[in-house]
Amino acid sequence: MRHIISVLLENEPGSLARVVGLFAQRGYNIDSLTVAPTEDATMSRLTLVTHGNDQVIEQITKQLHKLIEVVKLQDLSESAHVERELMLIKVKATSNELRDEVKRCADIFRGQIIDVTAKTFTIQVVGTSDKLDAFIEALKGSAIIEVVRSGVSGIARGEKTLAL
Amino acid sequence: MTSQNTKTEMLSGAAMVIRALADEGVEYLYGYPGGAVLHIYDALFQQSKVKHVLVRHEQAATHMADAYARASGKAGVVLVTSGPGATNAVTGIATAYMDSIPMVVLTGQVMSHLIGEDAFQETDMLGISRPIVKHNMSVRRPEDIPYLIKKAFYIAQSGRPGPVVLDIPKDMTMPNERYPYQYPESIKLRSYNPTAAGHPGQIKKAVTALLKAKRPVIYAGGGVIMGQASDELTALARKLNYPVTNTLMGLGAYPAADRQFVGMLGMHGSYEANMTMHHADVILAVGARFDDRVTNNTKKFCPDATIIHIDIDPASISKTINAHIPIVGLVKPVLSAMLAQLEQKKAQPDAPALATWWQQIDQWRAVHGGRYNSDTPVLKPQAVIEAVSRITQGEAYVTSDVGQHQMFAAQYYQFNKPNRWINSGGLGTMGFGLPAAMGVKLNYPDADVICVTGEGSIQMNIQELSTCKQYGLGVKIINLNNGYLGMVKQWQDMNYESRYASSYMDSLPDFVKLAEAYGHVGIRVTKPEELQPALERAFATKDQLVFLDIHVDPKEHVYPMQVPGGAINEMFLSKTKRT
Repeated sequence: MRHIISVLLENEPGSLARVVGLFAQRGYNIDSLTVAPTEDATMSRLTLVTHGNDQVIEQITKQLHKLIEVVKLQDLSESAHVERELMLIKVKATSNELRDEVKRCADIFRGQIIDVTAKTFTIQVVGTSDKLDAFIEALKGSAIIEVVRSGVSGIARGEKTLAL
Repeated sequence: MTSQNTKTEMLSGAAMVIRALADEGVEYLYGYPGGAVLHIYDALFQQSKVKHVLVRHEQAATHMADAYARASGKAGVVLVTSGPGATNAVTGIATAYMDSIPMVVLTGQVMSHLIGEDAFQETDMLGISRPIVKHNMSVRRPEDIPYLIKKAFYIAQSGRPGPVVLDIPKDMTMPNERYPYQYPESIKLRSYNPTAAGHPGQIKKAVTALLKAKRPVIYAGGGVIMGQASDELTALARKLNYPVTNTLMGLGAYPAADRQFVGMLGMHGSYEANMTMHHADVILAVGARFDDRVTNNTKKFCPDATIIHIDIDPASISKTINAHIPIVGLVKPVLSAMLAQLEQKKAQPDAPALATWWQQIDQWRAVHGGRYNSDTPVLKPQAVIEAVSRITQGEAYVTSDVGQHQMFAAQYYQFNKPNRWINSGGLGTMGFGLPAAMGVKLNYPDADVICVTGEGSIQMNIQELSTCKQYGLGVKIINLNNGYLGMVKQWQDMNYESRYASSYMDSLPDFVKLAEAYGHVGIRVTKPEELQPALERAFATKDQLVFLDIHVDPKEHVYPMQVPGGAINEMFLSKTKRT
């Protein structure tokens, strides 16, 4: 099963390597990983998407917790949460017909065209990973040139928090 | 610290390293100098509180520190230079990591402006050591040194202990740059607060389950030794009159001479220990981690048992075997709490069920009972260990290397006290035994310290015989010499139709002459009748290292031995008999 694990991590050199190393070392999967400092510059927040059975996920959270620099963590997928991923996608836009089609498709997915040239469009789409997958699928015919995805960021709904 | 001196002292980074160690109460530092740590060595030279032991290879420094920690419970400290000095320490760090041994390793590093430039003797020690340490850090400002050293000791020695590496770039230790020195009394980290006491509700549940047991067993591991909870474990077991088995790492946690002790369990555990485990209805696991050398096939492991698992590391609980009643905490306070509850409770263990259970266990005891064929003209390795155990009355510190001799030592030496059996259980490091014995002997000069080894393992760190001479370490080396890498040969006998691929050691040195060349005493034993006098002479020689080269039966195998892929109760009991 897919899990989204949020981690508060001391923002120190090497702490990210420790998290990534743990996954490599123990043979756990990383589907996506995002990390950046929080409003408190001494702390980073990391969102990690992984999959595995309950026993594997339990080990992942326990082993993460053992890392000295991990302050707190939470399995977001255990309760109500919001998740978002950002994608930038560059597609061929060489004819009027193609330009119209891409534009229509982007509108349906509430994407924004953020860069235009004579031959290309670059579109930004934000949503759940499924939605981004669906957008890629919808554009398959229009010759995708390049895709970059941020990986998932997530946060619990309501009063539940992951903070000090 | 000098309290009368109110003015803050100004020290160089190098002096701070040594001063912090002194303030931490470190007596010995094990290491080897080199370019990146020369400032630190110079600071070491200018004081007398912290003494340095110069090994002949950095691996030995780590094993010495490690063994000191195993015997004393306090972190051992290592100092090595950058590059090859640091990488030579890697095996020793991994050894300590696998067995949860507190250790602080100070590694030199090239000047910080050279890091990443492939400078001379540069290696990314933080990267290399990351998977085999509890934590590692590097010094980025000289004034942080006292804090970082305190932090290293705190992390190494608290919670589930482990090695901590502190990487020190050379420019952090410049002798002419001075900074205010103050050693912190304690450290608090927002990201690390290991649990100490167990959850009271869980402890209560555990006591109830224990009292309901009809076929109970207590399975105690290295956590009892490092957690200094041997007394509590013994008191609990005696109060309940339940059988106790110790893991390889836990030997000595419960006295081997006691009637309730059923021996070591696992791969080469006793028949009765493995049978008791397999048929148990309640298992109390204390500071043990259900390692694959204990469980054998996890799918077939102890089918009827309710498992209570006490461990300081939550990640060890339900990792390989699901625990029904997990208790996260230090074993000592948890066992004390359990004892206190037992004292209060009116409920008693089920006496009739227990009587039946003990009858059953005694029948199992009669089946194999550690018997081996001793009626031969060749000396049996088991007989050597039994003789050593007798002559030292189970009181000695015994270190070992890895292989058949290690298992014979574990099976036939009677460990009645904790912290006396010192071996590399998790990593299985050949070359561990001699430096380990040295680390113990240095710190416990009046104790008998024995290194049980084989002609394969001893040659992996034989150069340390020189260090032994320099520091007058009167270790007794019991070299069970059978001319083969015995455990490899045993597997080749059992699984490869005796095709001895690279397990025969041709051209062995004359170990007696070799010992003498290093300035020690060497004694060769080739016949059974020579053994006792040789041992008596060796143990009467107090101040000198004695190397006993004992020629033992090369055909001997270690039994019992678990059947691969089987349950814990499926064992080979001899070359011709299996369960």
